[in-house]
Amino acid sequence: MNLYFDLFWTFAKIGVCTFGGGYAMLPILQRELVEKRNWTTEGELSDYFAIGQCTPGIIAVNTATFVGHKLRGALGGVAATLGLVFPCLVIIMLIAAFLQNFAELPVVVHAFNGVRACVCALILSSVLKLRKSTVVDLPTAVVFAVVAVLAVVGNFVSFPTGTTLAAVMGFVTSPIVLVVFAGVAGLCIRAAKGGGKA
Amino acid sequence: MIYLQFFFEFFKAGLFAIGGGLATIPFLTDIGSRTGWFTSGDLANMIAISESTPGPMGVNMATYVGFHTGSLTGGAVGGIFGGIVATLGLVCPSIIVILIVAGFLKKFRESRGVDAVFYGIRPASTALITAALVEVCAIALVNTGAAFGTVDFFHWKAILLAVAVFVCLQVKPLKKLHPIVFIAASAVIGIVFQF
Repeated sequence: MNLYFDLFWTFAKIGVCTFGGGYAMLPILQRELVEKRNWTTEGELSDYFAIGQCTPGIIAVNTATFVGHKLRGALGGVAATLGLVFPCLVIIMLIAAFLQNFAELPVVVHAFNGVRACVCALILSSVLKLRKSTVVDLPTAVVFAVVAVLAVVGNFVSFPTGTTLAAVMGFVTSPIVLVVFAGVAGLCIRAAKGGGKA
Repeated sequence: MIYLQFFFEFFKAGLFAIGGGLATIPFLTDIGSRTGWFTSGDLANMIAISESTPGPMGVNMATYVGFHTGSLTGGAVGGIFGGIVATLGLVCPSIIVILIVAGFLKKFRESRGVDAVFYGIRPASTALITAALVEVCAIALVNTGAAFGTVDFFHWKAILLAVAVFVCLQVKPLKKLHPIVFIAASAVIGIVFQF
């Protein structure tokens, strides 16, 4: 089959299976792209998520463009992205036109509460898989721990606004700063190791 | 031409919102208050629907806002056109920026320096996803309306379901199932047991 169409179709399926933000896409991406099609690897997926978080746009779209580009260049990136958004367009328009109170329907509320619980378990399972290929030694374990703690603190702890502490914490817990820090740490660790051998 | 304005406004949101779909909310609020296309009440409704339908939230919200606003001036056709234009506007900056970054990566990914950078970035990426997971769990499994320590503080049914799904994902024949099977089953369980 034409690979452009295959990209479009695969990402359309991924779009339909994703509930929530870009992270909810991870379990589906692992299944469809890594396990079923061998289009990419676990490690590359984590690269895409990292870059997707520091570059403009929403993570899900950034990841789709990345995978498409890897397989078929610029047009592949466009095909994958259009595939991802296509089912959303159709579904949302149907709901917007006919079911204005969709989100308040009891059936939808109950179903979605079930889905949310399920997505927690799916993401946890995906993260554990991802850790095997990304946290490979002591230095990477340290990077993982530091970034995880800072990111969770950034999400949950609110510091009094206007204070220096809030400004500092806001800065060091932002994803971009964390990813840049991790990249620099990677360089330093490798350099130190290389230096030790030489 | 209002559709050109749609494209431009959502292009800006796509260009400046960095991160997940939630990052686009402040930009949408801003669009609403500046243009009067939708009220904050409309936006809250649109966010709720975007969260409970398939597809990445950011894309859903762009489609919804575009459809809603387009249909006010152009009826059903205007709505469809508005939804498409807004969504394309949102994804355009991503496509452009990522294609540039991906092209660069393809050239230099094998270099030792870039490889060292990604050696550090990969665990950080996993950590950020872990943090997002904690947030998702807090929303799905904890009742923030109740006081900590009370029985109502946890959504017990949701926790039970999450644990059950996780256990299934570790067991040999079941973990081969497609994630959507678990999602669909959980939706049914949610309806039957009134989550």
